[in-house]
Amino acid sequence: MAISTVARAGAVVAISALALTACSTGGTDAGASGDCTPSDGPVTLTFTTWLPGVEDAVAIWNEENPDIQVEVQTGPNGNGGTYQNFFNQLAAGNAPDLGQIEFDAMPNFRVQDGLENIGACEGILEAEDQFVGWTWSQVTFGEEDAVYAIPQDTGPMAMFYRADLFEQAGIPIPTTWEEYEAAAVQIRALGGYINNFSQSDINAFAGLVWQAGGEWFGQDGENWTVDLTSDESTQVAEYWQGLIDDDLVAVYPPWTDEWNAAYNSSELWTWVSAVWGANTIASGAPDTAGNWAVAPMPQWEAGGSAAGNWGGSTTAVLKGSDHPYEAAQFALWLNTDADSLTAMNASASIYPATIEGANLPAFAEGVEFYGGQKIYEVFAEAGNNVNPDFTWGPTMTQVYNDVADGFAAAVSGNGTLVDALASGQQKTIAALKAASIPVKE
Amino acid sequence: MTTTASLMAREGGRLGRTATRESAVSRTIAMAVMIVATLYFLTPLWWLFVAATKSRADFTTTAPLWFADFDLFGNIAALFQYRDGVFLRWLANSALYAGVGAALATLFAAMAGYAIAKYTFRGRETLFNVVLGGVLVPATALALPLFLIFSQAGATNTIWAVLLPSLVSPFGVYLSRIYASASVPDEIIEAARIDGAGEVRTFFTVATRLMAPALVTIFLFQFVAIWNNFFLPLIMLRDEALFPVTMGLYVWNTQVSQIPDIRALVVVGSLLSIIPLIVTFLGLQRFWQSGLANGGLK
Repeated sequence: MAISTVARAGAVVAISALALTACSTGGTDAGASGDCTPSDGPVTLTFTTWLPGVEDAVAIWNEENPDIQVEVQTGPNGNGGTYQNFFNQLAAGNAPDLGQIEFDAMPNFRVQDGLENIGACEGILEAEDQFVGWTWSQVTFGEEDAVYAIPQDTGPMAMFYRADLFEQAGIPIPTTWEEYEAAAVQIRALGGYINNFSQSDINAFAGLVWQAGGEWFGQDGENWTVDLTSDESTQVAEYWQGLIDDDLVAVYPPWTDEWNAAYNSSELWTWVSAVWGANTIASGAPDTAGNWAVAPMPQWEAGGSAAGNWGGSTTAVLKGSDHPYEAAQFALWLNTDADSLTAMNASASIYPATIEGANLPAFAEGVEFYGGQKIYEVFAEAGNNVNPDFTWGPTMTQVYNDVADGFAAAVSGNGTLVDALASGQQKTIAALKAASIPVKE
Repeated sequence: MTTTASLMAREGGRLGRTATRESAVSRTIAMAVMIVATLYFLTPLWWLFVAATKSRADFTTTAPLWFADFDLFGNIAALFQYRDGVFLRWLANSALYAGVGAALATLFAAMAGYAIAKYTFRGRETLFNVVLGGVLVPATALALPLFLIFSQAGATNTIWAVLLPSLVSPFGVYLSRIYASASVPDEIIEAARIDGAGEVRTFFTVATRLMAPALVTIFLFQFVAIWNNFFLPLIMLRDEALFPVTMGLYVWNTQVSQIPDIRALVVVGSLLSIIPLIVTFLGLQRFWQSGLANGGLK
């Protein structure tokens, strides 16, 4: 009886293992590099994206292109599960033809060979001129004749501020980080806070480092370099640590009710955030309508104009697509056509990655919530001043989690932001090694 | 001797006093624990209910645990209109996955448990132990292997990808076996056979009635498990029209930074999504309580 038990259990295990190994060999070699030809006959493409209401833009394409029909599939945002799904689907050989991938996740997909190189597809390389400079380097990884995705939207950063409060208090609008700190002291004396340090928005912090000219990752030949503790990164961390130590910024967990309430009750005076943050404030702090304005980010050097970027996506053709040519054409159209961009802006407030996109009618008007200011002019200018050399790492989810742990501890008095970056540096190198990604120490 | 006796008397007296005092104290403590537990479980529900009645502006600007302008029905109407009423579709999907899944899972579990309890065959204990081992494997751990298997069959992103894996309930088999052993006497089965009923008919007309309380329990457990199962649909489904309500609400919640207004829909949607669970529980509670009690007595 004992033997038969073991034998049966063994059989079950063997069958399951067979089923699994059979699955893991499902990858295809379709679309080898340097080759991109149209398919014969009509095709249907699948496109997975979490952009709300993208169906409106896709419907325009489907109407104009009866032979290339696009079917929209959806899911949670990338880090919320869709990226993991993409990797599962790539392993199982049933990934969608097209997928939405944020800039900071692109290296992860590139390293794991999840992206088709569409550089050889008609019109793709030539499209470079249509996009805001820094976005293109994010989708080519600096490789010659290679394009791995089409930029969709960006998140140029600026400073949202309470124009009414600054005026009443007679505080000038800070144009440098030094003035920002001086203003913070005055605002604190009046009982408010100049800003909130968002402990869990590590990509926002990366945007600040980006503005300061710092880099977190780089590539040295085959090897990745990790530089979370670069001079610029440390400078930014020390600056905010100083504000936290002196109780000049609030430390509410971002995206919570109390955080919204702090803006709504006029306790918080500014938010250094991305273009899409305009809706966040309007929604979270309705009582303050009309009192906000937007100015460029404070600068590290007086008279500078550097801006950071927080967020933004691409449309990538995923590895194994049977129709890379058609998929590339659709991706290019989706992110450059004026009607498409208008539709996506209407449904999901995206801020396009194309140069022309900044001129959409929706961006030309003054925004009531911001006292009628034409706020998108500020963001368009910021978008042009984003450093094109910033590189994301291949394990950003891990970086965000580890640094966020350190930041949360620093905010509650255990260690500092600089410590958190140092510990994040170590953990990131360990994570890269664990994933067999070559890294220079 | 006298010392001992008086000591014993004193001891006894103290014991007696302690006993009565303890019962009063322990009752108070038990009461306090239950009140705290009740508050702990009901406060989030209360928050959810209150939040669902508020307009978007009031949501951030008024006290979270008390009402502002009561606009529950306006919110529900907005929820039902958003994206052509996809939320209703999700509710229907959840009802399908959980209702059909739980009903069939209960049937299969009852048949398996009954067979293991009432028939003697080779490998019976092994079979039972393997099924029992299944109780220990969390459903989440199975989701990815299931995805790969369903990919092989080209059946991801279909109703079956969620429904089929929901049809098995190792815990249900376990409970059915225990319950069938205890509550279906062999004599009754013998009598049914003598009266000419086949095995299948005996099972459906005699055994299932005697096992009813256990079956209700299995149904409830499985219904809740499927309704709340989030990871499997997350991995399997890409077509919005197939999402269950948990998955749909999660997807919306991740879009809050793009469309902040959607938050109000997530809140009111969450409230509506738990109502079927509450209704099912309250409706079947009667059977369920008697089922658990019977099991305990045996």
